[in-house]
Amino acid sequence: MVTPADEGLAIPDAPEQPGVLEASLRTTRDGGRKLLVPYVTGGLGTDWAEIVRAVADAGADAIEIGVPFSDPVMDGPVIQEASELALRAGATPVTIFDELRTIDAGVPIAVMTYYNLAFHMGHQRFAESLAAAGVSAAILPDLPLEEVGPWATAADAAGVETVLLAAPTAPDERLPLVCARARGFVYAVGLLGVTGERDALASSSLVIARRLKAITDKPVLVGVGVSSAAQAVEVCAEADGVVIGSALMRRVLEGAGPAGAGEFIAEVRTALDSAY
Amino acid sequence: MALAEPSSSGRFGEFGGRYVPETLVPACHELERAFRSAWGDPTFRNELDGLLADYAGRPSPLTECHRLSEELGVRVLLKREDLNHTGSHKINNVLGQALLAKRMGKSRLVAETGAGQHGVASATAAALMGMECMVFMGEVDIERQALNVFRMKLLGAEVVPAVSGSRTLKDAVNEAMRDWVATVETTHYCLGSVMGPHPYPWMVREFHTVIGTEARAQCEKLLDGGVPDIVTACVGGGSNAIGIFSGFADTDAELVGVEPAGGAAVGRGVPGVVHGMKSYLMQDEFGQVQEAHSISAGLDYPGVGPEHSFLSSIGRARYEAVTDEQVIDAFQLLSRTEGIIPALEPAHALAWISRDRKELAGKTVLLNMSGRGDKDVGQMMDILG
Repeated sequence: MVTPADEGLAIPDAPEQPGVLEASLRTTRDGGRKLLVPYVTGGLGTDWAEIVRAVADAGADAIEIGVPFSDPVMDGPVIQEASELALRAGATPVTIFDELRTIDAGVPIAVMTYYNLAFHMGHQRFAESLAAAGVSAAILPDLPLEEVGPWATAADAAGVETVLLAAPTAPDERLPLVCARARGFVYAVGLLGVTGERDALASSSLVIARRLKAITDKPVLVGVGVSSAAQAVEVCAEADGVVIGSALMRRVLEGAGPAGAGEFIAEVRTALDSAY
Repeated sequence: MALAEPSSSGRFGEFGGRYVPETLVPACHELERAFRSAWGDPTFRNELDGLLADYAGRPSPLTECHRLSEELGVRVLLKREDLNHTGSHKINNVLGQALLAKRMGKSRLVAETGAGQHGVASATAAALMGMECMVFMGEVDIERQALNVFRMKLLGAEVVPAVSGSRTLKDAVNEAMRDWVATVETTHYCLGSVMGPHPYPWMVREFHTVIGTEARAQCEKLLDGGVPDIVTACVGGGSNAIGIFSGFADTDAELVGVEPAGGAAVGRGVPGVVHGMKSYLMQDEFGQVQEAHSISAGLDYPGVGPEHSFLSSIGRARYEAVTDEQVIDAFQLLSRTEGIIPALEPAHALAWISRDRKELAGKTVLLNMSGRGDKDVGQMMDILG
């Protein structure tokens, strides 16, 4: 059962025309390639822009940029640490957007952050700032379907796609509602838990990808817990692609630099391309 | 007006809602359904009332403070939640939620705690009902509330330090939510205040209305059918305040919440979204949540329950802030004049009465004595030497 939203919180229908991110991912997928979306924490260290370019050059199909928030409840230790370091170094939405504007990654950019940063700046201003920085999409993991209305209205108007998450706990009747409102891609949450590396791929990753693929032709990417090239290959048996965050950011925190980050993403790219 | 049920999306006016990761949305729906069903079920209500009476020791008395009143020139009545089992009002909510969790077939409780009172209450209910219990507590709070940490362990709970951010209550909530995201199928998140995603602010309030209901009847008896001029309580998340306010919302009594100066979310009046709710929130110019600073671990929280934001926005309740120094004085004042050592949290409400005693002269003020001060004696020994 989905509790009906208040009148003031009506959920607008998603625009029919796919945005830049969705169109790009669809084209790539339909060309027979599995989708690879690395996550990079914005404002971490002095070379984060170079890391973005390096993972783009290594074969990313789109890139998720984390805008750090003080209380990241969906994130595990690695992204928490990256966020905290970036915040301590003075990263703000404004500094990150300014720098994003200068990065020509050659692939669509999605910003991943928490809702309060958008709410505090104001929906319209935040959405327009994203668009002005060349960002195609936003991912706000603490803004579920029932609450997305006011933000989505502003984001749609600014041409920013709002990616929605679909979780293993969702009952069957909920998933079509999520898919209908999701833009860019459908972010399938691979497991019950927060972001972070796991030794083995959770079987729930395959199940949620299969459930989503059965009901939507929007790109379905699995994130949370996809930790290696082998796991990416495994989950892509069902999914259109993967989001890889903690596995990449752990390497960055360990000092891998742009070269090491690029190497890791190239490894995943190669594994996906040779498997499919 | 009595305190109303929130809207279908869990809102009190513009505040509240359900800003949680998608993984938790079905669990919030399930909890709302279960609570509605239980709250309307006489069997559940009788079982809870039985526990509140025979286990927690309700009703709690109303104490008139003669010597304190004489010293302040303000007639002060105390609702003695400090006399409940486990030493605070927290047990009301926890017994309700633990019973509900059992009814939902959950075998494990996860909780956050600041001063440790909610953690101790959760551990107690888990022990009573044979459930597993894990309590997240900020590393800073673990240090200043060592006695409660030991209590929780004694009661069979596992206490896990929250080491991120400010390492206080805010971060304990983050860790509890992260645990719940991973364990939602077997675990109930036993949230300790009138905060978080819908239905928590409403459900926790309902479990604490017993405070207001009792106090209203006790005041009517003492005041010949009247009500106090003012009803006051400390506010961190705001559960004890909502509990006592609920008994007087439909009267002429003025409702006054007292926040710590270093954690005055309502006082600053800037709305934000964190921990599943839209409410007033201490934050910087970009919306990053700020760290609260208070002598009291239980009030060391940058947000506040959404219904308090609502009551403030419509002018039904007002919110004052007091400093740590004023609280330390009030802590000693009540101990010396009445033989009641208060917890540092309700000492905030007394600190406000004491500070504003000239304006309050001759009035009758009901103060919710939400907890006893045993847990704070060590900390006060260091401060007072």
